Amino acid sequence: MEQKTIIEMNHIVKDFNGFKANNDINLKLAKGEILALLGENGAGKSTLMSILSGLLEPTSGEIKVNGKPVKIANPTVAKELGIGMVHQHFMLAHSFTVLENIILGHETTKGPMLDIKKAREKVLALSQRYHLTINPDEKVANITVAQQQRVEILKVLYRGANILIFDEPTAVLTPQEITEFMHILKGLAHEGKSIILITHKLDEIKQVADEVTIIRAGKDVGTYQVREISDQRMAELMVGHAVQMKLTKKAEHLGSNVLQVKDLQVKESRGNLAVKGLSFSIRAGEILGIAGIDGNGQDELVEAITGLRHVDQGSVIIKGQDMTNKPTRRITEQGVASIPADRQKYGLILQMSVADNLVLQSYYHQPFSHHGIINFAAIKKHAQAAIKKFDIRTPNSNLVAGELSGGNQQKVIIARELERNSDLIIAFQPTRGLDVGAIEYIHKQLLKERAAGKAILLVSYELSEIMQLSDRILVLHNGQKSGVVKPHETNETELGLLMTGVKKEGTKLDQSLS
Amino acid sequence: MIKVSAKAKHYLVPIISVFAGFLVGAIIMLIWSYNPITAYASMFTSALGNMNGLGETIREATPLIFTAIGFAIASKAGFFNIGLPGQAQAGWLTSVWVVLANPNLPKYILLPLAIIAGAFAGAIVAGIAGFLRAYFGTNEVITTIMLNYIVLYLCQYLMQQIMPASLRNDTDTTRNIPANGSLHLDWLSQLFGNSRINAGIFLGIIALLIYWFLMKKTTVGFEIKAVGLNPFASRYAGMSAKKNIILSMLLSGAFAGIGGVVQGLGTYQNYFTQTSSIAIGWDGLSVALLGNSTAWGILIASLLFSTLKIGGLGMQTVAGVPYEIVSIVIAAIIFFIAIKYVFDLLFKVKKTTTEQHPLKKGEEIGPDNGVDGPNLKLQKKG
Amino acid sequence: MNFESLLALIVSSTLVYSAPLILTSLGGVYSENSGIVNIGLEGIMTVGAFTSIIFNLTFAHAFGSATPWIGALVGAIFGSIFSLLHAFATINLRADHIISGTVLNLLAPPLGVFLIKAIYEKGQTPNITANFGYTNIPGLANIPVIGKIFFTNTSAPAWWAIIITIFLWWVLYKTRLGLRLRSTGENPQAADTLGINVYKMRYIGVLTSGFMAGLGGAVFAQSISGNFSISTIVGQGFMALAAVIFGKWNPIGAMLSSLFFGFAQSLSIIGNQLPGIAKIPTVYMQIAPYVITIVVLVLFLGKSVAPAADGVNYIKSK
Repeated sequence: MEQKTIIEMNHIVKDFNGFKANNDINLKLAKGEILALLGENGAGKSTLMSILSGLLEPTSGEIKVNGKPVKIANPTVAKELGIGMVHQHFMLAHSFTVLENIILGHETTKGPMLDIKKAREKVLALSQRYHLTINPDEKVANITVAQQQRVEILKVLYRGANILIFDEPTAVLTPQEITEFMHILKGLAHEGKSIILITHKLDEIKQVADEVTIIRAGKDVGTYQVREISDQRMAELMVGHAVQMKLTKKAEHLGSNVLQVKDLQVKESRGNLAVKGLSFSIRAGEILGIAGIDGNGQDELVEAITGLRHVDQGSVIIKGQDMTNKPTRRITEQGVASIPADRQKYGLILQMSVADNLVLQSYYHQPFSHHGIINFAAIKKHAQAAIKKFDIRTPNSNLVAGELSGGNQQKVIIARELERNSDLIIAFQPTRGLDVGAIEYIHKQLLKERAAGKAILLVSYELSEIMQLSDRILVLHNGQKSGVVKPHETNETELGLLMTGVKKEGTKLDQSLS
Repeated sequence: MIKVSAKAKHYLVPIISVFAGFLVGAIIMLIWSYNPITAYASMFTSALGNMNGLGETIREATPLIFTAIGFAIASKAGFFNIGLPGQAQAGWLTSVWVVLANPNLPKYILLPLAIIAGAFAGAIVAGIAGFLRAYFGTNEVITTIMLNYIVLYLCQYLMQQIMPASLRNDTDTTRNIPANGSLHLDWLSQLFGNSRINAGIFLGIIALLIYWFLMKKTTVGFEIKAVGLNPFASRYAGMSAKKNIILSMLLSGAFAGIGGVVQGLGTYQNYFTQTSSIAIGWDGLSVALLGNSTAWGILIASLLFSTLKIGGLGMQTVAGVPYEIVSIVIAAIIFFIAIKYVFDLLFKVKKTTTEQHPLKKGEEIGPDNGVDGPNLKLQKKG
Repeated sequence: MNFESLLALIVSSTLVYSAPLILTSLGGVYSENSGIVNIGLEGIMTVGAFTSIIFNLTFAHAFGSATPWIGALVGAIFGSIFSLLHAFATINLRADHIISGTVLNLLAPPLGVFLIKAIYEKGQTPNITANFGYTNIPGLANIPVIGKIFFTNTSAPAWWAIIITIFLWWVLYKTRLGLRLRSTGENPQAADTLGINVYKMRYIGVLTSGFMAGLGGAVFAQSISGNFSISTIVGQGFMALAAVIFGKWNPIGAMLSSLFFGFAQSLSIIGNQLPGIAKIPTVYMQIAPYVITIVVLVLFLGKSVAPAADGVNYIKSK
C-alpha cells in the first residue's frame, strides 16, 4: 500500500559543541502511519524530535513536509505545519484548569476576552471524537497522570496537528492505561493522523507500529517493517551487539536477616498514604527486587527506610536494631548504603569536586577530619584510590562532579556507597539513563556485593533488570505487596498482572518473615 | 569572544564590574556637566591621600567587613539574607545599651560582654528567619525584609519608650558610652590623624580569618556549603538541613550584629534614632556580592566601597559633585555583577576536560524554590 | 467628635495611605505572575516620587489642579523606564531577581537626590503647591451617611486605584493576555512550546510593575509627603510587596491587603485623635503589616500559592 509521505527528514546532524547528538539521520512518515523511533537512552531520539518540533535547530540536513523543504525555526512554525509533540515530561501549568492548559497560546476570544464557553465546546467535541475523557474545569494539579497525558494529546489535537510525536508516552502509565493508550493511538491513526512513537519498549512497537526507525549513538541504523523484524533483531540493532541477556549469577548463600520491614505505613507529601502496611525482609547475600510501576510507593518506601521520610506506623529494623524514624545519619552508620534514583538531585553535589562527593557521608570521620578540621590530603588520597578501583573516568579528583558523564557520575556514587562496606545496599533505579556498558558494570558490582554477603534492596521500573538480578521479587502495587515471586518461576506477563494489583495467592515465598 | 582560563575569569568579572560602575558614574557626571576626572581624583586623594582620610576609610570599611561576612555565610548555605540592616541595627542598640547600663564594669568584662550581646541580638533577628525557614519553609527573603522594618520601628520604640531616660541625651540620641565600653584606641586614632579608626578593624581582620577557616577547613563549613549547593543531596547524605539552615542564619546574624556593634562602640560611641534601614546592611550585601563571598574579596571590596564613601565627602567639597554619585557607582557595580551572564558571552572559559554532561533544556541544578537566592545553574555550553 | 465623623476620618485617612500601596502592589502582582520577582518596588516608587515632584514643581503654574494627575502619569512613565533595568537584567541577562531588585532599591534614592541637588542645589525639594488633596465624589457624596463616610473629603487616587484593581483583575483572569502572562509565571517552558513569547510576557509583567509602582510613588509624594528627599519612600515599596504576598498574588487580594495595611499605617498616625487607640504604643501599628505578613506566610501559605516559576529564569535553548 503506497501512501502519501508527509514528513521526510534527510541527513539530519545536530552538533552540541563537538558532540554529535544526531549524525546523519533519515526518517520518513506517511499519512495514517504509526512510525516507531527506537533507540537507547541518549541515542538521540529526543534531539531529533526536538528538531522536528522546532525546539532545536539542526546543524545541517533537510526537512520536507508534504514534499516541500521547510525550516522549522520555532514551535510556532511546527504548529503551522501541523506538527504537535506530546512531551514525556508534561508541559502543563498545574494551577491552571484542563481547559486553560489546552487553549493556552491558541485561545478562542471575543475581543480581548477569552471565550471560555466556545472553547469548552470545541475541546469537548475533540475529547468525544478521540475518546479522550477529561473534565475541562478541573485543575491540572488534581488529575491523574494518565489524565494529564490526555490533556497533552488534546492540546496537540486542538491545534489541528496532523503529525503527532509521542515521547516515551507509556513510561508513566499502568498496564491498563497503556492498553487504553494503544487504542487511542490506533484510533488517531485510523482518523488519518500520522504518529511518531519514541520508545524503547519492543512489545509496544510490535503492538501498534507499522514501521520502525532505529537509531544508535546518534546514527541511523535503518528503517524496517515491524511485521518483518523480530524483537531480538530490533534489540540487537538498537544496542549494536548481540544482546547478552544472561548475567552469571552464583547460587545464593543466605545469611541472617539484615533488613526487616514490618507493617510499614508512610504518607506521601500531600498527606495520602503511599505505603500501606508493607512487610518484608532481606537476608545477607540476597537481592530483593521491588517491581512496580512508577508512583506505587517506591519513593516513599526507600525514603522511609533511609530516614528521609516519617514512618507513620510499623517499623524498620536493620541488623536487629529498630531504626524507625531515626535520623538519616544514624541509619547510614548502622550500615546502610543507598544509591538514589535521581543521581543529580540526590546523589551528588554537582558543583563540588569528585573528591568531596566521595566523602559526602564520611567527611566528619577520621581520617577525613579530626576535631572538626578537615584533612584534605586524606580526602584526596581516598579519591585517587576510589577513582582507580571503580574506574571513574575523570582527569583528576578536583574536577567538579557536574562535568562528568552520567555513567561516571553514577560510578562516583557507587564508589562512595560501596566503599563504606555497608551490610544493606539500597539501589533505586541504579542504571537509569545509562548506556549499556555502564549498566553492565553496575549490575556486576551489585552481584559482587551479593556474593560478598550483602543484603540488597533493588528498586527498579525496568522489569528486565529486576528479573536478571533478583533472588526474590516483591511486586508493589498501590503501596501494597501484590505478590512475591522468584524470577525463574515467573514471567513478565505474570509480573505485569501483579503490578496492576491482581493479587497472587500464597505469599509463602516471603518465608524469611515467618 | 575572548578565551580566558576559569581562574582569570573569576577575577575579571569583579574588576570589569568596578570599572564599568565608575564609567556609569562618569557618564552621569558628564551629563550634568561635572568633570569626572576631577571628581574621581579628589575622591581618591581625600580618602587615601592623608592619614586622617586613610583612618576614616579603614573605619568605614570595618562594619562592612562584618555585614559582608554575615551575608556571605548565609549565601553559602543557599540563603539570601537581606535582613542585614535590621540585624546590624539590633546589634548596635543592644551593645550601646549594655555598656550604658553597666558603666562600672571593668573594660575586660564590659567590652566582650557588649560585643557578645550585640552578636546575640543580630543572631536572634536572623535566627527567626532561619527557624521559620527550617520548620515552616517560609521564604527567608520576605521574612528578613519584613524583619528589617520590624527591627527599625522596635528599636525606635525601645530607645524612646523603654530605655531609662538617664541613659539618653534626648529622645533621639543616647548618652556617649564610657571609655571602658569603647573600641576607641588613642594611639590608633592619633596615628591616623585623629580619625575615628578604632579597634574594630582588628576584630574585622580576626573575623575574616575565622570566616576563611570556617568555610575552608572545617566540617561545619563543608556542611554549610553542601547544603547550600544541593540541599537534597546533603539531606540524602545524612546532613541535617534544618540544623544547617538555622546555624548559618545564626552565624550570619551574629556577624551582622557585630557590624552594628563596631558602629556603636567604635564609630559613633552612641546610638541615635534611625529613620530607614541602616546603610551598613545594604553596603555589606554589596561588598559580599562584589567580593564573591571570599575572605580576600570581602576585604578588598569593603576597602574599595569605604574609599568611595569617605572620598565622596571630599569630592563633594572639592569638585562640587553631589555625594550621591558614590551610591550610584556602588549600585552600578552590583548591577554589573548581577548580569554576569554578559561576561559568559564575552569570555569563553578554556575547557580543561573532554568529558561533558549537557543538561536537558531548562534543567537546572540546586534549589529551584522560587526566590531562593542565587540561582545555581549549569548552563549548556555554547 | 461624633461617631460618624470619627468613621469618616478613619476611612479617609485609610484611603489616603492605601492608595500608593494598592497601586504598587498591583504592579508587584503583575510582575510576579509573569515569573519575575520584583523586590525593587521600593526603588521604582522612589523614581515615581521624585520625577512627579519635579514635574509638579516645574509645571504647576501651567496645569493648575490637573498637575498632580499629570505628575502621576509622569511618575508612572519614569517608573516603567526604570523597571526596564530589572527586566533586561533578569529576562535577557539571567540576573538573580533578588540582586537585580536590590540594585533598583540601591540606585533610586541616590539618583533622585543627585538630580535634586543638581537642579535645586539642595538635598530636598521645596513643597509642592498642587497636591491631590481631598475630593468630594460627585453624586455619591450626597448619599446619606455612606456618602459622608466614604465619598466626602476623600482621596480620589484611592478610588481610582480601586477601579484600576478591578480592571487589572479582569485583564489577568479574563483575557487572553492575562492567561498568557500567568502561563509564563507558572510554566514558561510549556508556554514556550505553545508558541507564547515568554520574554515578551515577562517584559509586560515587569513594565506594568514599573508603571504601577511609579504611579504609586507619585501618588504618595503628591498626596502624603508633598516634597522629595532621601527619606520620602522608606518602606512603602516593601509594604506593597507584603501586600502582594498577603493578597496571595491576586489583584483583589493585594488591594484588600493594601487597604488593611493602609488602615494600620493611618492608625499609627491619627491614632492619638482616637479614643481608646491613643493609649496603644504606635509601634504596634507601625510593625503590624510586617508582622502580619510573616505570620500569614507561616500559618496559611504553602509555597504552592506563589506562581510556580516565580523567580526562575527562563533560558531558551537553541
